[in-house]
Amino acid sequence: MSLVLLLVELKGGNDGLNTVIPYADPKYHELRPGIGVARERVLPLDEKVGLHEKLEPLMESWKARDFAILQGVGYPYPNRSHFRSIEIWDTASASNQTLSEGWIAQAFEGASLAKGAGVDSIVIDTNALPSTGPSLRTIVMPDAENFLRQAEALKDSTGAMDGGNPALRHLLAVRHEINAAAKGLSEQLRAAPPPAQAYPADGPLGRQFDLATRVLTARVPVVAIKAAIGGFDTHANQVQTHERLLGFLASNLALLRRNLIAADRWNDVVVMTYSEFGRRAKQNASAGTDHGAAAPHFVMGGAVKGGLYGGHPSLSDLEDGDIRHSIDFRSVFATMAQSCWGLRRDFGLRRPQKIGFIAA
Amino acid sequence: MVAWIGRRGVIGGAAALSAGLWASRPGRAASAMGFDEARHLLSRTSFGATPAEIQVVEAQDYVTAVDRLLGSVRREALTPRPAWPAEGPAGLHRKEQAAQKERAEAQRKTGVDGKPLQITNPVQEQARELRNWWVEEMLVTDQPLTERMVLFWHNHFTSSFQKVRYPAGLLGQNALFRREALGSYATLLKEVARDPAMLIYLDGRQSVARQPNENFARELLELFTLGEGHYSETDIKEAARAFTGWSIDEQTGQFVSRDKQHDDGEKTFLGRTGRFDGDDIIAILLRHPRTAETIVEKLWREFVSLQPDAAEVKKLAASFRHGYQIKPLMRSLFLSAQFRDPANRGALIKSPIDLIVGTVRVLGLPVPEKTQLVRMMQGLGQTPFDPPNVKGWVGGENWVTTYTLLLRQQFLRRIVEATTVAPMEAGGVAMADRPNRRADRRQQQPGDGAMQTGAMQTGAMQMAEARPVEGRSLRYAGNEARLGPTLVGVDASTLTRTLLPRAPIDAVDASGSAGAVVAAAMLDTAYQLK
Repeated sequence: MSLVLLLVELKGGNDGLNTVIPYADPKYHELRPGIGVARERVLPLDEKVGLHEKLEPLMESWKARDFAILQGVGYPYPNRSHFRSIEIWDTASASNQTLSEGWIAQAFEGASLAKGAGVDSIVIDTNALPSTGPSLRTIVMPDAENFLRQAEALKDSTGAMDGGNPALRHLLAVRHEINAAAKGLSEQLRAAPPPAQAYPADGPLGRQFDLATRVLTARVPVVAIKAAIGGFDTHANQVQTHERLLGFLASNLALLRRNLIAADRWNDVVVMTYSEFGRRAKQNASAGTDHGAAAPHFVMGGAVKGGLYGGHPSLSDLEDGDIRHSIDFRSVFATMAQSCWGLRRDFGLRRPQKIGFIAA
Repeated sequence: MVAWIGRRGVIGGAAALSAGLWASRPGRAASAMGFDEARHLLSRTSFGATPAEIQVVEAQDYVTAVDRLLGSVRREALTPRPAWPAEGPAGLHRKEQAAQKERAEAQRKTGVDGKPLQITNPVQEQARELRNWWVEEMLVTDQPLTERMVLFWHNHFTSSFQKVRYPAGLLGQNALFRREALGSYATLLKEVARDPAMLIYLDGRQSVARQPNENFARELLELFTLGEGHYSETDIKEAARAFTGWSIDEQTGQFVSRDKQHDDGEKTFLGRTGRFDGDDIIAILLRHPRTAETIVEKLWREFVSLQPDAAEVKKLAASFRHGYQIKPLMRSLFLSAQFRDPANRGALIKSPIDLIVGTVRVLGLPVPEKTQLVRMMQGLGQTPFDPPNVKGWVGGENWVTTYTLLLRQQFLRRIVEATTVAPMEAGGVAMADRPNRRADRRQQQPGDGAMQTGAMQTGAMQMAEARPVEGRSLRYAGNEARLGPTLVGVDASTLTRTLLPRAPIDAVDASGSAGAVVAAAMLDTAYQLK
């Protein structure tokens, strides 16, 4: 039994400390006198940490025990450039290593895939790096209707000859891949019922989850789907912006869960958030936060074992002002590869940590 | 404004000149190379050639044509540099922080119905001007080979705005690449090691004796010279020590050598021992045979084909090593049997810049709004001054994925839909027989003063002469654009042979209007090749 991974990228670096809040730690309020979340606005998960109240829609999942929170996810020698750090995450590389293939593509290297729908991975935002690589047929389609229309305008290349020219051979192969994906998808997507409950139209995530829900409901045999929400780079006056983003994220995730339960797909899907880094523990002079290191991430799904994983982040043992990681993100990826697709991968770690957030 | 018109005047003049040459048919060289080889040579050494440009070259002897191409390097850009105050990263950073603060305050002031003030980030704004400046240069230059080489060196000695965040530094680096575009690789390497943008990009400015930063040393060995497998981790560490103290003055943005931060102890590098500094390391690298091979291989992939011929690479590298002069190397490359092999025509995939700049140039479109073009380049995966990482753009087959192929087609379709082609003068296809909405709407001759319906309706263009449309999207720039002088009056077969490096993949209906022929060629898969 294979699970579909739905990745949700939080672009810009989500402020983990105002997402999962160490409300009981006096240091937290010391470091963040202006932007810290008051105790009464925290939904406690245990005696030490709790969720921001804007994440209230997720409590249903928390209570149903299908919502896991991985704390302190990061990597050694953290890079604080958006661009470089997201590349490190997307390619599961070490901090000083440049890889060009995405981690999901790496996981499927040498694995056999059922070639059902003409597509293995669907990217609904524009960053396809996690599933970029020769092992996966990845389609980027921020807009499914547009993709299908574009693909139809591209004639099928069956029968065209490359005359021994490798560049042309590649072009024809890509063209064929688009045609095949469009053919597979258009029938299945057009037949798929709309989500049981409509997603809110105020923000890009709803539109993306709508398509994800249709792909899943239509049982298109993909291994991964990726969505993204931007705006997390909160350097100045972050409170309002960040709360709005958390609100979006939570309401859309909660709706996704209900829709997938209604479509009887929730047990086959694992949703995971990730972001290039967390943010500096101490607030800056503009009532915002600068680029940091480790942060908590969410994993949800019918097969997920709910609860808190990884140690609570320590605010008294910071590294250059940032949270130290207690879980290497590559261990999370290794767990995903094993539990979702039955693939044993270590992503360059000598001994990936076993994190049991998915029922075996 | 004056400069703007003047510049356009220069271009008009150049186009008129080449059109004139074509019309007068200068005497053909006894060993004239012919249309298809001329097209091949120009497609690899420029961003795409017009029929007139091909016609000029095809009458020449091949060797003469190569020598002419290499003989006219432009060591300085034609486009005036963006005018920025002379300041170092420190001053620019202060401005950026001030703007951020201002923006934060503007945000706070916003009332329920008040719109937030638009405070632009000065660094982002300079970066935008910088990208537009280079794209403009690629579009208007009379020496496209120079720009191809600058782009090559930019992709070899990568630095990205994302990390550097100091546009004046990147502009200086670009000037270095242009100065030495076909000059000396040895000079390039020495200068790059002192280049302020590079010192920021690979952290050299923070590398001090007490704590050497290995970033630059690692890439120097892995990417700029030897390539993986030809050095050890110790070599990296020792090289890093030798470069300590090479830094920049944060106030002026200029290179400084800080003796107190330099580790002048003994180092052992690639089997040699001495109290080396950066220049000594570079000298050792230049003596290593792998350095020349790395460069030749990379040039081969860029200019010849995706599969370098190992024996030929060795041969070319062996002579390149003596003096590291780039121009004679390029000459040998263009004269090689492999470059001239017809099987290698169309054997490279156009990069996003090739595709976008080349299309605008060959179709003779009015220069569209450049921010829009840069956005398209970004979508297709090649933003000037922002290579994805230190390895640069991998290029080759990686340019085309399921995503980018659709985007490329979308870009081309948009141009096709927004652009008119003048009816063929020869061939006898009467416009009225095959009504073409796009062609009909814009039958405007430069200077005849007649307004075409499209422009009249929008009221956007009130001048008689076709002019570049700034500040409007590419799609709508076409409102008053017909295909420029480049393709007017060219017969269908020449149009197809100009636009495609090989026979079309899908059948092209050659009986259609010139516009239909151009559209079919541009949307053909073979148009992605060069």
